[in-house]
Amino acid sequence: MVTIELDPPDWPGHQAGQHLDVRLTAEDGYTAEREYSIASAPGEPVAITVERLEDGEVSPYLTGELRAGDQLELRGPVGGYFVWEPGDGGPLLLLAGGSGVVPLRSILRHRQRTGSDVPSCLLYSSRTLPDVIYRDELDTYHDGVQVSYTLTRGQPAGWTGHTGRINQALLAEVAWPAGANPLAYICGPTSFVEAAAAALVGLGYLPERVKTERFGSTGGH
Amino acid sequence: MDPVDGNAIGGLLIDIFGVEMTAASSTCGTCGARRPVAELVVYRRAPGTVVRCRTCGRVLMVFVTAGGLTCVDTAGLASLDQP
Repeated sequence: MVTIELDPPDWPGHQAGQHLDVRLTAEDGYTAEREYSIASAPGEPVAITVERLEDGEVSPYLTGELRAGDQLELRGPVGGYFVWEPGDGGPLLLLAGGSGVVPLRSILRHRQRTGSDVPSCLLYSSRTLPDVIYRDELDTYHDGVQVSYTLTRGQPAGWTGHTGRINQALLAEVAWPAGANPLAYICGPTSFVEAAAAALVGLGYLPERVKTERFGSTGGH
Repeated sequence: MDPVDGNAIGGLLIDIFGVEMTAASSTCGTCGARRPVAELVVYRRAPGTVVRCRTCGRVLMVFVTAGGLTCVDTAGLASLDQP
Protein backbone atom coordinates (compact mmCIF):
# COMPACT_ATOMS: atom_id res chain seq x y z
CA MET A 1 0.00 0.00 0.00
CA VAL A 2 1.52 3.27 -1.12
CA THR A 3 0.22 6.82 -0.81
CA ILE A 4 1.33 9.02 -3.71
CA GLU A 5 1.14 12.79 -3.64
CA LEU A 6 0.35 14.39 -6.99
CA ASP A 7 0.79 17.93 -8.22
CA PRO A 8 -1.51 18.20 -11.23
CA PRO A 9 -1.29 21.52 -13.07
CA ASP A 10 -4.53 23.53 -13.17
CA TRP A 11 -6.17 21.24 -10.61
CA PRO A 12 -9.62 22.75 -10.01
CA GLY A 13 -9.87 21.38 -6.46
CA HIS A 14 -11.77 18.29 -5.44
CA GLN A 15 -14.57 17.22 -3.15
CA ALA A 16 -14.25 14.61 -0.41
CA GLY A 17 -15.18 11.23 -1.88
CA GLN A 18 -14.17 11.91 -5.48
CA HIS A 19 -11.68 9.86 -7.47
CA LEU A 20 -9.33 10.41 -10.37
CA ASP A 21 -8.41 8.24 -13.32
CA VAL A 22 -4.79 7.31 -14.03
CA ARG A 23 -3.93 6.29 -17.59
CA LEU A 24 -0.71 4.54 -18.53
CA THR A 25 0.32 4.20 -22.16
CA ALA A 26 2.85 1.59 -23.28
CA GLU A 27 5.36 2.24 -26.04
CA ASP A 28 3.19 0.28 -28.47
CA GLY A 29 0.23 2.52 -27.71
CA TYR A 30 -1.61 0.09 -25.43
CA THR A 31 -3.35 1.97 -22.66
CA ALA A 32 -4.63 0.91 -19.26
CA GLU A 33 -6.74 3.15 -17.08
CA ARG A 34 -7.74 2.77 -13.42
CA GLU A 35 -9.70 4.86 -10.96
CA TYR A 36 -8.17 5.78 -7.62
CA SER A 37 -10.07 7.48 -4.83
CA ILE A 38 -8.54 10.72 -3.63
CA ALA A 39 -7.23 10.14 -0.12
CA SER A 40 -6.65 13.74 0.88
CA ALA A 41 -9.16 16.36 1.93
CA PRO A 42 -10.14 19.27 -0.27
CA GLY A 43 -7.47 21.93 0.09
CA GLU A 44 -4.72 19.42 0.80
CA PRO A 45 -2.26 18.25 -1.86
CA VAL A 46 -3.94 15.64 -4.07
CA ALA A 47 -3.00 12.15 -2.91
CA ILE A 48 -4.04 8.64 -3.87
CA THR A 49 -3.45 5.44 -1.92
CA VAL A 50 -2.65 2.49 -4.16
CA GLU A 51 -2.80 -1.17 -3.24
CA ARG A 52 -0.32 -3.26 -5.20
CA LEU A 53 -2.03 -6.06 -7.10
CA GLU A 54 0.56 -8.54 -8.34
CA ASP A 55 -1.37 -9.30 -11.53
CA GLY A 56 -2.42 -5.68 -12.03
CA GLU A 57 -1.60 -3.57 -15.06
CA VAL A 58 -1.33 -0.22 -13.31
CA SER A 59 -0.71 -0.69 -9.57
CA PRO A 60 2.69 -2.47 -9.89
CA TYR A 61 3.96 0.54 -11.83
CA LEU A 62 2.52 3.09 -9.42
CA THR A 63 3.75 1.28 -6.31
CA GLY A 64 7.08 -0.02 -7.62
CA GLU A 65 8.46 2.06 -10.46
CA LEU A 66 7.04 5.56 -10.16
CA ARG A 67 9.59 8.05 -8.85
CA ALA A 68 9.25 11.55 -7.48
CA GLY A 69 9.10 13.98 -10.39
CA ASP A 70 7.68 11.49 -12.91
CA GLN A 71 4.69 12.59 -14.97
CA LEU A 72 1.35 10.77 -15.06
CA GLU A 73 -1.69 11.16 -17.29
CA LEU A 74 -4.66 11.98 -15.06
CA ARG A 75 -8.32 12.75 -15.49
CA GLY A 76 -10.28 14.27 -12.70
CA PRO A 77 -11.55 15.05 -10.24
CA VAL A 78 -14.38 12.63 -11.07
CA GLY A 79 -17.69 12.07 -9.32
CA GLY A 80 -20.58 14.12 -8.01
CA TYR A 81 -22.61 11.47 -6.21
CA PHE A 82 -20.31 9.77 -3.72
CA VAL A 83 -19.22 13.09 -2.19
CA TRP A 84 -19.76 14.78 1.14
CA GLU A 85 -19.77 18.41 2.18
CA PRO A 86 -20.37 19.63 5.74
CA GLY A 87 -23.68 21.11 4.58
CA ASP A 88 -24.89 17.60 3.75
CA GLY A 89 -24.97 16.97 7.47
CA GLY A 90 -25.32 13.59 9.10
CA PRO A 91 -25.03 11.84 11.41
CA LEU A 92 -22.48 10.16 9.19
CA LEU A 93 -22.06 6.43 8.96
CA LEU A 94 -19.00 5.39 6.97
CA LEU A 95 -18.58 1.70 6.12
CA ALA A 96 -15.27 0.65 4.59
CA GLY A 97 -14.27 -2.68 3.11
CA GLY A 98 -10.49 -2.94 2.66
CA SER A 99 -9.11 -0.13 0.52
CA GLY A 100 -12.66 1.27 0.34
CA VAL A 101 -11.55 3.30 3.34
CA VAL A 102 -9.65 5.72 1.07
CA PRO A 103 -12.49 8.09 0.06
CA LEU A 104 -13.95 7.82 3.58
CA ARG A 105 -10.63 8.99 4.98
CA SER A 106 -10.95 12.04 2.74
CA ILE A 107 -14.44 12.67 4.16
CA LEU A 108 -13.21 12.40 7.77
CA ARG A 109 -10.26 14.72 7.09
CA HIS A 110 -12.61 17.19 5.39
CA ARG A 111 -14.92 17.09 8.39
CA GLN A 112 -11.96 17.75 10.67
CA ARG A 113 -10.46 20.55 8.56
CA THR A 114 -13.74 22.40 8.22
CA GLY A 115 -14.46 22.22 11.94
CA SER A 116 -17.67 20.31 11.31
CA ASP A 117 -19.26 18.78 14.39
CA VAL A 118 -21.37 16.25 12.47
CA PRO A 119 -21.36 13.07 14.59
CA SER A 120 -19.51 10.41 12.61
CA CYS A 121 -19.00 6.70 12.86
CA LEU A 122 -16.52 4.71 10.77
CA LEU A 123 -16.77 0.94 10.75
CA TYR A 124 -13.84 -0.53 8.85
CA SER A 125 -13.81 -4.17 7.77
CA SER A 126 -10.31 -5.50 7.17
CA ARG A 127 -8.83 -8.95 6.71
CA THR A 128 -6.29 -8.57 9.52
CA LEU A 129 -5.06 -5.73 11.71
CA PRO A 130 -1.87 -5.14 9.65
CA ASP A 131 -4.11 -4.71 6.58
CA VAL A 132 -5.76 -1.66 8.14
CA ILE A 133 -4.73 1.45 6.20
CA TYR A 134 -4.22 4.80 8.03
CA ARG A 135 -4.56 3.07 11.38
CA ASP A 136 -2.36 5.54 13.26
CA GLU A 137 -4.37 8.42 11.87
CA LEU A 138 -7.76 6.84 12.45
CA ASP A 139 -6.89 6.04 16.05
CA THR A 140 -6.32 9.74 16.76
CA TYR A 141 -9.97 10.66 16.15
CA HIS A 142 -11.96 11.35 19.29
CA ASP A 143 -14.48 14.15 19.56
CA GLY A 144 -17.57 13.22 17.63
CA VAL A 145 -15.88 10.51 15.58
CA GLN A 146 -16.15 6.89 16.55
CA VAL A 147 -13.83 4.47 14.72
CA SER A 148 -14.19 0.72 15.02
CA TYR A 149 -12.75 -2.23 13.17
CA THR A 150 -13.94 -5.68 12.35
CA LEU A 151 -11.34 -8.26 11.37
CA THR A 152 -12.49 -11.00 9.03
CA ARG A 153 -9.48 -13.30 8.66
CA GLY A 154 -7.72 -13.55 11.94
CA GLN A 155 -7.24 -11.47 15.02
CA PRO A 156 -4.16 -10.72 17.11
CA ALA A 157 -4.02 -12.23 20.57
CA GLY A 158 -6.13 -10.29 22.99
CA TRP A 159 -8.22 -8.60 20.27
CA THR A 160 -11.32 -7.16 21.84
CA GLY A 161 -12.75 -5.52 18.74
CA HIS A 162 -15.28 -6.94 16.33
CA THR A 163 -14.72 -10.00 14.19
CA GLY A 164 -16.32 -11.33 11.03
CA ARG A 165 -18.01 -9.63 8.13
CA ILE A 166 -20.30 -6.66 8.51
CA ASN A 167 -23.87 -7.85 8.95
CA GLN A 168 -27.13 -6.57 10.34
CA ALA A 169 -26.38 -7.67 13.90
CA LEU A 170 -23.05 -5.82 13.94
CA LEU A 171 -24.59 -2.73 12.38
CA ALA A 172 -27.43 -2.78 14.89
CA GLU A 173 -24.76 -2.62 17.59
CA VAL A 174 -22.35 -0.09 16.06
CA ALA A 175 -24.26 2.12 13.62
CA TRP A 176 -26.62 5.03 14.28
CA PRO A 177 -30.23 3.97 14.73
CA ALA A 178 -32.35 4.60 11.64
CA GLY A 179 -34.46 7.05 13.64
CA ALA A 180 -31.50 9.47 13.69
CA ASN A 181 -31.90 9.78 9.88
CA PRO A 182 -28.23 8.97 9.23
CA LEU A 183 -26.38 9.59 5.99
CA ALA A 184 -24.37 6.50 5.02
CA TYR A 185 -21.40 6.07 2.65
CA ILE A 186 -20.28 2.55 1.83
CA CYS A 187 -17.18 1.80 -0.23
CA GLY A 188 -15.40 -1.47 -0.91
CA PRO A 189 -15.55 -4.64 -2.98
CA THR A 190 -18.89 -5.14 -4.72
CA SER A 191 -20.04 -8.06 -2.54
CA PHE A 192 -19.16 -6.12 0.63
CA VAL A 193 -21.11 -3.06 -0.50
CA GLU A 194 -24.16 -5.07 -1.54
CA ALA A 195 -24.31 -6.88 1.81
CA ALA A 196 -23.74 -3.76 3.89
CA ALA A 197 -26.28 -1.66 1.96
CA ALA A 198 -28.94 -4.37 2.22
CA ALA A 199 -28.30 -4.68 5.96
CA LEU A 200 -28.69 -0.93 6.48
CA VAL A 201 -31.93 -0.79 4.52
CA GLY A 202 -33.08 -3.80 6.56
CA LEU A 203 -32.44 -1.72 9.69
CA GLY A 204 -34.66 1.03 8.33
CA TYR A 205 -32.11 3.35 6.67
CA LEU A 206 -33.60 5.31 3.77
CA PRO A 207 -32.16 3.93 0.51
CA GLU A 208 -31.66 7.46 -0.85
CA ARG A 209 -29.43 8.23 2.17
CA VAL A 210 -27.23 5.19 1.60
CA LYS A 211 -24.55 6.12 -0.95
CA THR A 212 -22.44 3.36 -2.38
CA GLU A 213 -19.28 2.90 -4.39
CA ARG A 214 -18.27 -0.58 -5.58
CA PHE A 215 -14.87 -1.43 -6.95
CA GLY A 216 -15.37 -4.97 -8.15
CA SER A 217 -13.85 -8.15 -6.84
CA THR A 218 -10.29 -6.96 -6.41
CA GLY A 219 -8.82 -4.02 -4.61
CA GLY A 220 -8.16 -2.31 -7.90
CA HIS A 221 -9.43 1.00 -6.72
CA MET B 1 -15.32 -10.56 -12.37
CA ASP B 2 -17.81 -8.73 -10.17
CA PRO B 3 -19.52 -5.70 -11.69
CA VAL B 4 -18.69 -2.22 -10.43
CA ASP B 5 -21.10 0.71 -10.42
CA GLY B 6 -21.65 3.98 -12.20
CA ASN B 7 -19.11 5.84 -10.06
CA ALA B 8 -16.38 3.96 -11.93
CA ILE B 9 -17.35 5.41 -15.32
CA GLY B 10 -17.61 9.00 -14.16
CA GLY B 11 -14.48 9.89 -16.15
CA LEU B 12 -15.72 8.16 -19.30
CA LEU B 13 -19.05 9.98 -18.97
CA ILE B 14 -17.26 13.33 -18.64
CA ASP B 15 -15.44 12.53 -21.90
CA ILE B 16 -18.74 11.76 -23.62
CA PHE B 17 -21.16 14.26 -22.11
CA GLY B 18 -18.72 17.00 -21.15
CA VAL B 19 -20.02 17.23 -17.58
CA GLU B 20 -20.17 15.17 -14.41
CA MET B 21 -22.96 12.61 -14.80
CA THR B 22 -22.73 10.17 -11.87
CA ALA B 23 -25.29 12.18 -9.89
CA ALA B 24 -27.60 12.41 -12.93
CA SER B 25 -30.91 10.61 -12.61
CA SER B 26 -31.57 7.73 -14.99
CA THR B 27 -34.85 6.06 -15.88
CA CYS B 28 -34.89 2.50 -17.17
CA GLY B 29 -36.75 2.24 -20.45
CA THR B 30 -37.97 -1.26 -19.55
CA CYS B 31 -39.09 -1.20 -15.90
CA GLY B 32 -39.14 2.54 -15.22
CA ALA B 33 -36.81 2.35 -12.21
CA ARG B 34 -35.19 5.71 -11.43
CA ARG B 35 -31.82 6.02 -9.74
CA PRO B 36 -28.60 8.00 -9.96
CA VAL B 37 -26.16 6.82 -12.63
CA ALA B 38 -23.73 6.08 -9.77
CA GLU B 39 -26.05 3.29 -8.60
CA LEU B 40 -26.31 1.48 -11.94
CA VAL B 41 -24.58 -1.87 -12.48
CA VAL B 42 -21.49 -1.60 -14.68
CA TYR B 43 -19.65 -4.45 -16.39
CA ARG B 44 -16.28 -3.61 -17.85
CA ARG B 45 -14.88 -6.19 -20.19
CA ALA B 46 -12.71 -5.06 -23.04
CA PRO B 47 -13.49 -3.61 -25.48
CA GLY B 48 -16.78 -2.38 -24.08
CA THR B 49 -18.59 -1.12 -21.01
CA VAL B 50 -22.14 -2.32 -20.38
CA VAL B 51 -24.45 -0.49 -17.97
CA ARG B 52 -27.46 -2.37 -16.63
CA CYS B 53 -30.53 -1.52 -14.55
CA ARG B 54 -30.14 -2.57 -10.90
CA THR B 55 -33.84 -3.43 -10.72
CA CYS B 56 -34.56 -5.46 -13.87
CA GLY B 57 -31.07 -6.11 -15.25
CA ARG B 58 -31.78 -4.80 -18.76
CA VAL B 59 -29.01 -3.06 -20.71
CA LEU B 60 -29.32 0.73 -20.42
CA MET B 61 -26.12 1.96 -22.04
CA VAL B 62 -23.18 0.49 -23.95
CA PHE B 63 -19.86 2.22 -24.64
CA VAL B 64 -17.26 0.77 -26.98
CA THR B 65 -13.97 2.55 -27.56
CA ALA B 66 -11.60 1.65 -30.38
CA GLY B 67 -9.12 3.65 -32.40
CA GLY B 68 -9.78 6.77 -30.35
CA LEU B 69 -13.51 6.73 -31.08
CA THR B 70 -16.22 5.85 -28.57
CA CYS B 71 -19.54 4.45 -29.80
CA VAL B 72 -22.40 5.23 -27.43
CA ASP B 73 -25.69 3.33 -27.26
CA THR B 74 -28.21 4.69 -24.77
CA ALA B 75 -31.26 3.01 -26.29
CA GLY B 76 -32.16 1.24 -23.04
CA LEU B 77 -32.74 4.49 -21.18
CA ALA B 78 -36.07 6.30 -21.03
CA SER B 79 -34.38 9.42 -19.65
CA LEU B 80 -31.14 10.80 -18.29
CA ASP B 81 -31.47 14.05 -16.36
CA GLN B 82 -28.69 16.11 -14.90
CA PRO B 83 -29.36 17.26 -11.33
